[in-house]
Amino acid sequence: MELAFYSCGLVAIIATVAMLFSRNPVHGLLYMIVSLLAVAMVFFAVGAPFAAALEMIVYAGAIMVLFVFVVMMLNLGGEVELLERVWLQPRTWVLPAVLSAVVLVQLVSFLWDSAPSIAGQEVSPKQVGILLFGPYLLAVELASMILLGALVVALHLGRREDLEEGDGQ
Amino acid sequence: MTDETINMLLAVGLAILKSVVILLVVVAFSAITIFIERRMLALWQDRYGPNRVGWQGVLQLVADMLKMFFKEDWTPPFVDKLIFWLAPAIAMSALLISFAVVPITPEWGVVDLDIGILFFFAMAGLAVYAIMFAGWSSNNKYSLLGGIRAAAQTLSYEVFMGISLMGIVAITGSFSLRDIVEAQKDGWFIFPQIIGFLTFITAGFAVAHRTPFDLPEAEQELVAGYQTEYSGLKWGMFYVGEYIGVVLVSSLLTVLFCGGWYGPFIDVLPWLAFPYFAIKVFFFVSLFILVRASLPRPRYDQVMAAGWKFMLPLSLLNLIVTAAVVLM
Repeated sequence: MELAFYSCGLVAIIATVAMLFSRNPVHGLLYMIVSLLAVAMVFFAVGAPFAAALEMIVYAGAIMVLFVFVVMMLNLGGEVELLERVWLQPRTWVLPAVLSAVVLVQLVSFLWDSAPSIAGQEVSPKQVGILLFGPYLLAVELASMILLGALVVALHLGRREDLEEGDGQ
Repeated sequence: MTDETINMLLAVGLAILKSVVILLVVVAFSAITIFIERRMLALWQDRYGPNRVGWQGVLQLVADMLKMFFKEDWTPPFVDKLIFWLAPAIAMSALLISFAVVPITPEWGVVDLDIGILFFFAMAGLAVYAIMFAGWSSNNKYSLLGGIRAAAQTLSYEVFMGISLMGIVAITGSFSLRDIVEAQKDGWFIFPQIIGFLTFITAGFAVAHRTPFDLPEAEQELVAGYQTEYSGLKWGMFYVGEYIGVVLVSSLLTVLFCGGWYGPFIDVLPWLAFPYFAIKVFFFVSLFILVRASLPRPRYDQVMAAGWKFMLPLSLLNLIVTAAVVLM
């Protein structure tokens, strides 16, 4: 399990870095999908199969599909790769990278001292459900309200103007 | 080596052997389905079909495969090579991996995951990428349109495919497919979950891109859709991938709604487990073919509207009613 944890974590990091530096948008998205799948495997390794399955279904299987969908429709070609090359100069990314590295060092040193063991106990889907509808009920309800709001907004944006005129509004 | 180590190695070896056998049988059966489909379509459409190679045309498949292997595997110069090569591999492997969670008999099956059904949804979700990547990387407007159609259709139908199975999960209290089969010892879920069955089979047709949901490759409008630029073995992988989808959805219908390996006299004659499973899967595969032989292809907007405005509310209603019955 430790081996799976570290190897998948390494894959996730490499894929994410490759995503940042890839010039072709679809290749970038491909790296991001790989990164999300690796994170799902990390969840599997620490004993959270339900979270891993949701990560794959929701993030890799639905949200990233929409990203790829939009990028496909935009028909980005060679010009974008040139543009990316212009944008991705060292002076753009060096300072943010150094600042993030400082935060990363602090985070790692903090985790190093209080390192919990990787082999946690396995959490079954049932336990997740009991927790969600027990102590975390308020968070679930708030999340459902946000989703309902998003749904209403999407419906409003997707409405066709000519139909509204037909209704006499 | 101690006895314990030897026993463990034997168990691991047996598990690997079983997995390989299941893999080979699934791929072989998916390939044979191609021949069965052509002959059955011919039967229902009052013509002969391929009956020249071997007895009743049984060797047609071998001839087709030889042709496919020796055809030039042409990669057009204008495609995005990495993604163009990746797409057929995803198409074939994503659904093949899902077979790992399908329990075939009490002893046979690759792995019994706690999250069995969710694993299938995850793999079905990844299978969309095969078509999208094929459509985009081909750099061809027909391929792109086919890819976009396939992505929108699969995403829409996967939403209620998940919800249509939640009724069963509520009744059994488990995502594991083996637990679900065990729960059907005294009665198949097809009867209490008939709405779940009808919505799942519709979604299954859409996810496997079979008629009447084969709009991504509607040849009158889109040449061959996302497969237009593919040839040789890479096209063959898409083709076999489609039939792996058919066999997978048929096995899932068997396991989830028709009691898997259960049937009359299974208690006294345990060897009947595999025949029961195989007969049920074959029945659903034939159903797929019969639907292709008989139904026309609807318009694209009709497919999307039927998914979101009819099937989704229906499956939600099924879930609510099932939950109410379970809680009572």
